[in-house]
Amino acid sequence: MNLRENKMKKLITLFILVAFGFTVQAQEKGSVLIQNATVITVTNGDLEDTDVLIRDGIIEEIGKDLRAPRGVETVDASGKFVMPGIIDAHSHLNGVDINEARNPVTAEVTMEESVDPNEVGIYHALAGGATTIHLMHGSANVIGGQGETLKLRYGVSQEEMKFEDASRTIKFALGENPTRVHGQGNGVQPRTRMGVEQVVRGHFDEALDYKRKREAYLEAKAEFDRRGRGTPPVPVAKNLRYEVLNDIIEGEILVHCHSYRADEILMLMRVFNDYGVENYTFQHANEAFKVAPELAKNGAHTSVFSDWWAYKFEVYYSTAYNASILNANGVVNSINSDNDQLLRTLNHEAAKVVRYGNTSVNDALKMITLHPAIQLGIDDRVGSIEEGKDGDVVIWSGHPFDIYSKAEMTFVDGTKYFDLANDADDMRIHINPGTEFEDGSNFRRIVDNREEDACLQDTFILLGEQSAHNHN
Amino acid sequence: MKKLNIFVVIAALLFGLNATTEAQITEKPEFGKFAITGATIHTVTNGTIEGGVILIDGNEIEYVGNNAKITNEYTRIDASGKHVYPGFIDGWTSLGIVEISAVAVTVDNAELGDFNPHMYAFTAFNPHSASVPVTRVSGVTTVLSAPSSGIIAGKAAVMDLWGYSPDSMSVKKSGALVMELPSSTGGGWWDDRSEKEIKEEYQQEIDEINEFFEKARFYDRMVKAYEADPSGKTKPDFDPRMEAMREVLAGEVPIAIEVSREQEILDAIEWTKSHEGMEFFLVGAEEGWRVAEEIAEAGLPVLTTTLYTPSRDYDNYQRPYQNPGLMAEAGVKVAIVSDDTENSRNAPFEAGYAAAYGLGQEEAIKALTINPAEIFGVDDKIGSLEAGKQANLFISDGNPLQPMTKIEQVFIKGYKIPMDSRHIQLYEEFLDRDAVNK
Repeated sequence: MNLRENKMKKLITLFILVAFGFTVQAQEKGSVLIQNATVITVTNGDLEDTDVLIRDGIIEEIGKDLRAPRGVETVDASGKFVMPGIIDAHSHLNGVDINEARNPVTAEVTMEESVDPNEVGIYHALAGGATTIHLMHGSANVIGGQGETLKLRYGVSQEEMKFEDASRTIKFALGENPTRVHGQGNGVQPRTRMGVEQVVRGHFDEALDYKRKREAYLEAKAEFDRRGRGTPPVPVAKNLRYEVLNDIIEGEILVHCHSYRADEILMLMRVFNDYGVENYTFQHANEAFKVAPELAKNGAHTSVFSDWWAYKFEVYYSTAYNASILNANGVVNSINSDNDQLLRTLNHEAAKVVRYGNTSVNDALKMITLHPAIQLGIDDRVGSIEEGKDGDVVIWSGHPFDIYSKAEMTFVDGTKYFDLANDADDMRIHINPGTEFEDGSNFRRIVDNREEDACLQDTFILLGEQSAHNHN
Repeated sequence: MKKLNIFVVIAALLFGLNATTEAQITEKPEFGKFAITGATIHTVTNGTIEGGVILIDGNEIEYVGNNAKITNEYTRIDASGKHVYPGFIDGWTSLGIVEISAVAVTVDNAELGDFNPHMYAFTAFNPHSASVPVTRVSGVTTVLSAPSSGIIAGKAAVMDLWGYSPDSMSVKKSGALVMELPSSTGGGWWDDRSEKEIKEEYQQEIDEINEFFEKARFYDRMVKAYEADPSGKTKPDFDPRMEAMREVLAGEVPIAIEVSREQEILDAIEWTKSHEGMEFFLVGAEEGWRVAEEIAEAGLPVLTTTLYTPSRDYDNYQRPYQNPGLMAEAGVKVAIVSDDTENSRNAPFEAGYAAAYGLGQEEAIKALTINPAEIFGVDDKIGSLEAGKQANLFISDGNPLQPMTKIEQVFIKGYKIPMDSRHIQLYEEFLDRDAVNK
């Protein structure tokens, strides 16, 4: 049903663009032969002095002394490293709106139409070696909105940024944020972690009841239509929120749940086990290390900060060794940014996983490539350098974990979107004359990095100014 | 009913935090005489010594070189193949005075009022903050813990990260007077004041600040005159604010001015010119590269970071990384800081970016050691590996600006610090949580 709606929307968008005389560019699929590099495949070790041939957006061949097909550009990467494009499983980089914070459950909402393709931060992220982000709804609601996985094709339309056929995702949130926004700020359940559990269970139960009634109605309606006589059944109206909740229960949507404390992580796993929900990722999950065996047993994934802690009470008892402990216990873990600056330097965030807990370099690399790809359901397409996968790769001047290394070229679908040698100062696509002028009045507040995150963006209307400073 | 609830919440919070904000490090440090041998010693002020020796006696470095006679009194630490650096100084943090930024009752960096030169970070510095051990085992041995509020927030303190009281940890109680000047430009699209109004308001606020300094100078003269010859004079009433300004006016305590944009920096330079006899430095200066020559000419040192997104959308993505290097090239003395609280330990990686984008390895190390020491006037005690200085140092297995490098041993004031912290304890407890049942 949703797929059809998606297609319909695409058609409408296309129609509008054509009607107004825009040229709709097909997504650019590029070709390039990268030669003589150390290729960090992630899934098959590091290959010295190796070539990677990308043709029409797909990695066609990995090997030695490959020949460039006619018309295909070659790049000499001697002494350099090639790795899969970095994937950030938690970003708000170019979201227009982040939180639909007026209800503890807003499953019907989606980031799909909330994508700003002109955000210059996309280019900054490319310059840091990132090629895919998971653009998420915020953490104000227990069950928030659906996310959108984007390829960082800077310069294309909103529609063309979308990662084609990526799995559907949705944001859940436990703990301080939903209890503060709704319970404390608005006087609605949940005010406590007890309430959070019942919000999830209550809505799942309602959704299941809805489905039963709706299906019975549709059946009766079909029967009535077929017979053409008798009493028409009492209609059960379509409810998009419940439809989405049923899609979650049926495993069609991957859950990404903002969470911190071990107890709330266990709670959600119990609830999910009761309703048969599989394939979910705990986001942030600062205390996930305390329940690593339970996470591993349930096949739950985690996506964490490398070292953030103590900025709020629920992360006070956490550790920078979180990722290493999870990895050692067999939990599929990724390192995310949730922050436009960290997104630029995720390679060095992953390097800290080696520092804190002796995780191997390759396992740490997986945490910003293959593992986030698995968590977003796109690992058949990206996350490693393998023949047949998308040509999303980065050429680094040295090993990506070295503080002196710089991303020199970033390719998405074989097309070069960043080139250090041809890097202009002003990379804006869209200039807003109302807010951007020479004296720096549009200066971004940068003194505290965390003031840049957007997990609770748009909720300040409910909580007053104070909440604008307490994120995550 | 509502009141009761609030009480319950506050009581619960206080109880919870009191019971748990202690960093539970039970291992004791070692103290006495140590000989660190075989390491590459990065003295910072006297070059690099391969396979050298550092002798520590009590609180101090006794010897740095490669020709020492090591008697049996010394506990030998073989550091062959390792590196020794002076303890890093994070020159701008709220470590110790903010425990959990989102929990107001643990936030002690912002007193009420616009002019608070008599507020001391030293007073509120919690030696038992969980962040203290977490930070020091990463090689950051000393911080400038700075308050932030109003126009004059108070005095920042230079603190070593080992000890059981602010007194035993303090390198300099008055490290800097923290100040923020008003903005002479508009506040952005939401600022609907006319240009004239903006100018007038700015002038008004500057006048107010100048008046405060004028009063302080008058108070200082009055007290000095009385002290020189009390006969026939009435003893001036004690004024804690004015009294706290005296060491600043005397140039003994520098004024830290928080600035970001180009115009703020220029305004700050202009303001310092009309206040002679005092020491100043800038903090932040994210657009310092735009006016690096002017900062250098004014002789103002700068404390800055690198890991933030460009200040203007039309700026090159590398500017934040290049900013320290560009300022240093123009002749500005630069220190790299974390500007963080619990992650003060990331200051070395901020410096790593500066190193990679123009500042270079050696200057980046200086920006974490001797430069901040000089800026705060504590370079006689810390900031380099020299005989007679405090034994603040660490042993690492590689370049400490690299995120994969491990810090293996830290010394603070001669104490061989237990390499333990909440983060490490949690790691040890939970790496193989159920081992007992296996």
